[in-house]
Amino acid sequence: MKYPIPFDERELKLKTIQMRKDILLATHSAGSGHPGGSLSATEILTVLYNCILRHEPSEPENEDRDRFILSKAHITPGYYSILARTGYIDPAEIPNFRKFGSFLQGHPKKDLKHGIEIGGGSLGQNFSVACGLALGLKQRNKTAMVYDLSSEGELQEGSMWEAIMAAPHFKLNNLCMIVDYNNLQIDGCASDIMGVAPLDKKFEAFNWNVIVVKNGHNLKEVYDAFKKVEELSKTTEKPTVIIATTIKGYGVSYMANVCGWHGKAPNKEEYDKGIQELDDQINQLNNQQ
Amino acid sequence: MKLVRQGWADALVELGEKNPNVAVFDADLSKSTLTNLFKDKFPTRSFNVGIAEQNMVNMAGGFSLMGFVPFCATYGIFMSGRAWEQIRNTVCMNKLNVKFGGAHGGLSVGPDGASHQALEEIAVMRCLPNMTVIVPADYDEAKKATLAAAEIVGPVYLRFGREKLPVISAENDEFIVGKAKIIQEGTDVTIVACGAMVAEALEAADTLKEQGVSAEIINLHTIKPIDKEALIASATKTGAVVTAEEHQIMGGMGSAVSEVLSANFAVPMGFVGVNNTFGESGTPGELMKKYGCKSVNIVEKALEVLKRKK
Repeated sequence: MKYPIPFDERELKLKTIQMRKDILLATHSAGSGHPGGSLSATEILTVLYNCILRHEPSEPENEDRDRFILSKAHITPGYYSILARTGYIDPAEIPNFRKFGSFLQGHPKKDLKHGIEIGGGSLGQNFSVACGLALGLKQRNKTAMVYDLSSEGELQEGSMWEAIMAAPHFKLNNLCMIVDYNNLQIDGCASDIMGVAPLDKKFEAFNWNVIVVKNGHNLKEVYDAFKKVEELSKTTEKPTVIIATTIKGYGVSYMANVCGWHGKAPNKEEYDKGIQELDDQINQLNNQQ
Repeated sequence: MKLVRQGWADALVELGEKNPNVAVFDADLSKSTLTNLFKDKFPTRSFNVGIAEQNMVNMAGGFSLMGFVPFCATYGIFMSGRAWEQIRNTVCMNKLNVKFGGAHGGLSVGPDGASHQALEEIAVMRCLPNMTVIVPADYDEAKKATLAAAEIVGPVYLRFGREKLPVISAENDEFIVGKAKIIQEGTDVTIVACGAMVAEALEAADTLKEQGVSAEIINLHTIKPIDKEALIASATKTGAVVTAEEHQIMGGMGSAVSEVLSANFAVPMGFVGVNNTFGESGTPGELMKKYGCKSVNIVEKALEVLKRKK
């Protein structure tokens, strides 16, 4: 299968529900993991892997592939799901998440065959890797893009701003950062713990193209933002950031916008309830047809 | 007397000519690390990230994913200290092909004082899986070590002091990563040294000889992977070992040697190095003397260890 595929809102919506079911399954099976930030990034990952990235899971080492770097690397439940549902990982592996002997490590381990470009887990590190990779692609005269998924929490790390400063300096217009701005971190609201706002002005001041997505769960809005990135990568010499406002835990009623679901797994009852909600969403979509 | 890091810089230029994939990442110290020589010749393969060591290391890591062989250059303290977690979690854990040149390591930075005197790099680099750690003793060794680093697929840390050091190796000496060099044979005590302390060890051996003690000298340029065989063989022969390094005793080269010997062939050991203290401003000579990194300290330690030898 070759990506990208055309944007089809209904199809994508179904894919996001499947991803949410995977996220619940992975964390419930593991008894740990990070559902909240996986659920906030679900639409972003779904649009990116299906309709934006030029990639072919059967050729994970193709030099011309667009690269995805996960820098908020704790959201492996979402990451492994998108890799499973686009053909890099057998979906049957998902229940082995975080289990001894499984390649589905708590935080990702570099594994190109399964689509994992680089390991991760320590915040503030992988965006620099994305910058170096974008620089390397340019050095090799490749037209591939590098997309990095970060978050407002990760932007509290000082090393992020070293890299944010470097990216426009090296004219990395083949680089896009997506900020999954769910405004919740382990200890509470980001704006209470260590506010990062105004992010748009900060990135502008660092000489980036800035795209603001008001609703990071609106598939069309996310898709349009990525299309704009493609355009800006050709018309400017700057990197582009998409600042997407999202809701942590989105799509599962009891998790939505609840800080406690950053790194906690649903128990059996919670899991069943979540799956029921998501199945209801699928039925609702099917009934609308 | 020759600058050790000149060997690294000359090797980088040579590598640049031979290998189009070799690149250099700087953090505003290219004039000190002498990587400006590479930049002058290969400006399109030289990247300065400014004073941002963490970003330097991981940008180099990302760059290496495209098949390049990036060499990062800054002072040892900033490389091994500031960027330690980047080196651990990104470069070593992902086995990325990134090289590190940590310049101005040890006390010999002199007047800059304690903040700039890296005394911990061997300890904090050798404990990282996948890492190779080399401490060249002179210009030629630094050059050979840098050339060899480019052949290794994976991270390599090279440590250089700031001072000129006597050239103790010959240009055509063989240099093999992980293979210790026995530079003087002896029977009574083994002195294992690296970096600036190799020349001090040679001096110490002369003094010991006058006192009727025959010292074997090992230049342990590669701290990791460590040459167990050579260390065990020498300890078996002499029955006493002194290590000498311009580095904290805790966790350094001496510790690495004692890990090997205590598990394989335990002999009385003595450790010469900086003992649980920071440095200060002064000339390199003054500092090496005050903090116990001179030949006289090796002699003292050797005589003390010999008393414990059965």
